[in-house]
Amino acid sequence: MMRRFLLIATPYFWLLALFLVPFAIVFKISLSDAAIARPPYMPQFDWAEGIRAFISQLDFENFVFLTEDDLYWKAYLSSLKIALISTVLTLLVGFPMAYGMARAPTEWRPTLMMLIILPFWTSFLIRVYAWMGILSNEGYLNSVLMWLGVINEPLVILNTNIAVYIGIVYTYLPFMILPIYSTLERLDGSLNEAAEDLGCSRFSAFWLVTVPLSRPGIAAGSFLVFIPALGEFVIPSLLGGSGTLMIGKVLWEEFFSNRDWPVASAVAIILLLILVIPIVLFQRNQQKQQEAEQ
Amino acid sequence: MNRMSRFNAVSLTLGFAFLYIPMIILIIYSFNESRLVTVWGGFSTKWYGELFQNEAFLNAAWVTIKVAVMSSTIATVLGTMAAYVLVRGGRFMGRTLFSGMIYAPLVMPEVITGLSLLLLFIGIGLDRGVMTIVLAHTTFSMCYVSVVVSSRLVTFDKSLEEAALDLGCSPAESFRLVTLPIIAPAVISGWLLAFTLSLDDLVIASFTSGPSATTLPIRIFSAVRLGVTPEINALSTIMISIVTVGVITASLVTKRQMARQKAEERAAERG
Amino acid sequence: MTVSEFEPWNDPEAKPLIHFQNVTKRFGDFTAIDDLTIDIYEKEFYALLGPSGCGKTTLMRMLAGFETPTEGTIQLAGQDIVGVPPNKRATNMMFQSYALFPHLSIWENIAFGLRREGMAKDKINDRVEEMLRLTRMEKFARRKPHQVSGGQRQRVALARSLAKAPKLLLLDEPLGALDKKLRQDTQFELMDIQEKTGTTFVIVTHDQEEAMTVASRVAVMDHGQIKQVATPAHIYEAPNSVYVADFIGEVNIIDGTASPNGEDTYAVKWCDNHAPLNAASPLPFSEGQKCHLAIRPEKVSISADKPEGAANMVQGKVHDIAYLGNISTYYVELPTGAIIKAQTANTRRIARRSFTWEDTVWLSWTATAGVLLAE
Repeated sequence: MMRRFLLIATPYFWLLALFLVPFAIVFKISLSDAAIARPPYMPQFDWAEGIRAFISQLDFENFVFLTEDDLYWKAYLSSLKIALISTVLTLLVGFPMAYGMARAPTEWRPTLMMLIILPFWTSFLIRVYAWMGILSNEGYLNSVLMWLGVINEPLVILNTNIAVYIGIVYTYLPFMILPIYSTLERLDGSLNEAAEDLGCSRFSAFWLVTVPLSRPGIAAGSFLVFIPALGEFVIPSLLGGSGTLMIGKVLWEEFFSNRDWPVASAVAIILLLILVIPIVLFQRNQQKQQEAEQ
Repeated sequence: MNRMSRFNAVSLTLGFAFLYIPMIILIIYSFNESRLVTVWGGFSTKWYGELFQNEAFLNAAWVTIKVAVMSSTIATVLGTMAAYVLVRGGRFMGRTLFSGMIYAPLVMPEVITGLSLLLLFIGIGLDRGVMTIVLAHTTFSMCYVSVVVSSRLVTFDKSLEEAALDLGCSPAESFRLVTLPIIAPAVISGWLLAFTLSLDDLVIASFTSGPSATTLPIRIFSAVRLGVTPEINALSTIMISIVTVGVITASLVTKRQMARQKAEERAAERG
Repeated sequence: MTVSEFEPWNDPEAKPLIHFQNVTKRFGDFTAIDDLTIDIYEKEFYALLGPSGCGKTTLMRMLAGFETPTEGTIQLAGQDIVGVPPNKRATNMMFQSYALFPHLSIWENIAFGLRREGMAKDKINDRVEEMLRLTRMEKFARRKPHQVSGGQRQRVALARSLAKAPKLLLLDEPLGALDKKLRQDTQFELMDIQEKTGTTFVIVTHDQEEAMTVASRVAVMDHGQIKQVATPAHIYEAPNSVYVADFIGEVNIIDGTASPNGEDTYAVKWCDNHAPLNAASPLPFSEGQKCHLAIRPEKVSISADKPEGAANMVQGKVHDIAYLGNISTYYVELPTGAIIKAQTANTRRIARRSFTWEDTVWLSWTATAGVLLAE
């Protein structure tokens, strides 16, 4: 009995202390006022004053502030837009690859699989960094294009949203391919043959049979790209420019540059609220898939 | 289905080119003599030499490895426990909250995790340094470990544990003698995943580290913000090579093992 | 009753090894075992037979200690074992999946339970060797489970569960994973090992042939209840209910009403324009009581001409013929629309078979061929 208690309690309390409690703190600070102090916010919790006095000092000022300053609005909207567009782009690149892998000869598949997983184990930061050298004005892409005579003036790609899209597609591609591949691989090849036997052309068999049946994989892959892309910090700060507004970057700057902890916390809370919808949808999709497998 | 259609071959070729060309360029230019990163100035390994003389990078690498070993080891223990509780633990108070806390960090934006942990550490007056990064990394990577291990435990034949009990094991002995040796590959890959995540992490480490502890990603990030440098190319090449060798070895070993097992099973059935 | 026969259940002096007293097991709303009382005697080969979901596996898992009864008591050798954890019970189990530890060799698998007991090394050696000999696996001791065939794995599982010399060995569908030919050979091997070791075996199976072959007594279960416990022959020849008759082998059931017409004999009225059937029954039926006459197809004779002096005869048309090689089953349609199955051994070549589709035939059976059942 004691063993069972320890087994459950150790990871449980670890997560309570280092996951849940920190959130409560973020929530609390988002309702506090900024102050020139250490730590730079008011009120501090004081046992002498009691909980009621403490709560009475909390307010929604920071959230009101977020709605008034259109920087935040724009940052949220532009994060959503960038995450959405890059998810679609990743799907467009990832689906044909997953499909090609699932249709490849069986003995190739483990190797192809390894080639997909390899970048996943490689440092994220380095993979983003690799594109800086390619996309910059004097970068490899521009040198090649100018050498070929396709362009005369270097293309400005680095420090624009286009670079951010490329970065997200590049780094999150394995997350899109793997779930789609696993649904496609399990598809019974005779389903398409049956569809063709019943009068479908090869393309309409693909469209009417393969695509609907791979929907759970597409959904899982899209959420796995969309959710982290929304709060992304590294990609917009290395590849994006001053015009690239993303909420992860805004939060970082509020915190480290402006040292406005209450506003940074409020930004985090709102980001979390936005994420709740896709996260719940994602969980439901996963559950449905699990039930279907059983 | 033994021949690939032209469309599939083209999409795979282009896709893999997209995935690998940036890394290949990085590797090639790490051997560039010239400091101008886009101009080829002849073959040289001098940037590797400079890298190994750079105290700051070496220190950061040492801190990073220390943090990664500690956090991934603790995370593996906690994550395996958590997985066991989730799959075999039955009902207990707050089970829903527990599984929620296991899955939430997987989808949580790093900026939020980092911010919240930093606020906690300041709140309780913990000095930021190696210890706080280890705590932070353990917390999110134990969730990854637990997902990896629990997906193995779900397919684990429960009658193996029952057989161990039936043959006189206490529940703890049955875990140590039967369950753990069988799920060991999943536990090891959980550890590797946790180790890699810790090596890789920039955002959470930036929030939770103090002036006394700078990790390699933090160092790299502050260097590359200003642009591409040949030292970083060399460093990247080293990191990519280690991962590549590791992944290829691992996949060859598992492939060989599976082939051997299959051959033995076939031989056994033939008698 | 001769003394040499092994029938402890008929001996009022015999103490059962296992005693279930009013055991009920519920999982939420579902009742898996419903107020069940049974006795299992030492050295018995006791088969729990029933369709999947009838509670037979739950019953076995309660014996092993993996489930605790919601109500009632279970005694092993006179001691209440409810609440004793599986690792402290003098029972061992052979799992349906065999549950061989894949990371241990066959030798280590068999030694596993002995090591937990803290037995001396040389004693473990001797015991493992003995078990390997018993199951003819000496040559494979150093192999891992995946390096031997399915039939060999089954024998290792048996050796491992017998190694600790349990008072009671539980076998959960032990032959389910083997193909038919191997299964038949293994059945005899199991009986042989059971006899040699003198261990009490309780086997769970859904295969009635397997239960009939190996068991000293068969318990037919349905919906968490025991329908009948008896020797295989008794269960086949004298089922106590339509359910048991129907579950074991093939049977024709004719519904009717009984009226006594002699000492232990009854006339069964089953159809208005046919003469009643004659059936003997040791069980009493009252005048006009509803009853079911169960007759095995092999006890029904089929002939082209009207048989002389048969106790029961009906005329019908051959509706279908199932040719199984050694036997043929004729499905004969009676004028009432009912179908009666009759089985004959094919002692002649097929070309000389006397009946074919649509032939008019006579079916006949004796008064003692069928069993008269109340439910």
